[in-house]
Amino acid sequence: MIRGITILLTCQLIGEMLTRVLHLGVPGPVLGFAGLVAILLVLSARGDIDDSLVSASDLGRVSNVLLSCLSLLFVPAGVGVIRHLGVIGAHGIAMAAAVALSTVVTMIATVWTFVLVRRLTERRRADGGTGDDACR
Amino acid sequence: MPVIDGSALWVYLSATPLFWLSLTLLTWMAMDKVSHLAGRHSLLNPVLTTIAVLSVGLVATGTEYRVYFDGAQFVHFLLGPATVALAVPLYHNRALVARNLLPMLAALVVGSTVAIVSAVGIVALAGSPADLMISIAPKSVTTPVAMAVAETLGGVPALAALMVIATGIFGAMVVTPLMDALGITDKAGRGFAVGLAAHGVGTARAFAVDPVSGAFAGVAMALNALITPILAPLLLRFFL
Repeated sequence: MIRGITILLTCQLIGEMLTRVLHLGVPGPVLGFAGLVAILLVLSARGDIDDSLVSASDLGRVSNVLLSCLSLLFVPAGVGVIRHLGVIGAHGIAMAAAVALSTVVTMIATVWTFVLVRRLTERRRADGGTGDDACR
Repeated sequence: MPVIDGSALWVYLSATPLFWLSLTLLTWMAMDKVSHLAGRHSLLNPVLTTIAVLSVGLVATGTEYRVYFDGAQFVHFLLGPATVALAVPLYHNRALVARNLLPMLAALVVGSTVAIVSAVGIVALAGSPADLMISIAPKSVTTPVAMAVAETLGGVPALAALMVIATGIFGAMVVTPLMDALGITDKAGRGFAVGLAAHGVGTARAFAVDPVSGAFAGVAMALNALITPILAPLLLRFFL
């Protein structure tokens, strides 16, 4: 448990330091995530780790626990609603409409693009075209 | 015989982080149980019901958010390491991701742009003030990212957090019926869409439905968190 949480926190810490020093404007945890993905891929390419080793590792188990309760972690920030009851009273309808409509439109645009481009690349692959290269 | 002094006990409880932290977890467990008993009905999303119960409790007892957060911050803090932990499911699904690199990148650019423009456009049409437009722009990315974006561009970070959570809950609630109505059966596409539009809450929902959807949701959430801080200031220029 200690080893797993230490790896996660250290990745986040390095991310926070990098984004401040280099003025990247990308949040520390996101950089930490990208860094950990890169480390896992490099170790895997060298043959040092594989799927079963990562699953059984302390990092694998701690990550599993954290991600299984991911939605709980949003509760404290959500309760912050009580500080903005005034704004919500004044602009609540516009805000709710924007959140609802935009979320639906975003999901539709995203999934249609995903499915469309996937079909196009798979067709090219099936035709023996350059689809494989594009996805490599 | 000792006299039980309820008000003295309340003075202690209402000020100690232990109480608000325990109450957050107990409420969560109760609401998760309720959601489970209701067959995971989307209207009883435990994030929504837990926030509602705690908010009513705080307002009813006149407790300030700052006092509540002293306890709840220990839960809030775990958002950072949990974001990093998304690397593990992504690693396990690397082969699937590599095969879908092109669809993912195309869907990322289109989805992220639509998320920002549609949200800002609607509040702009309603004649909302500029700080509200800025605060809603990053509504589809995870809380710490959205707060940082709002702060950098001159919005209200706490309001941004609120929009983010409302978006997450709404996205998690509508994704299954919406995708079924559209006739989308592609688990990767469904997961990617909900992760991009509704960040961690949507990702948690995707993991609950299917591990492949969950992995794609996690990737989408992470990619959107990388691209939104770049796109938001560019797209907001058209509105401000």
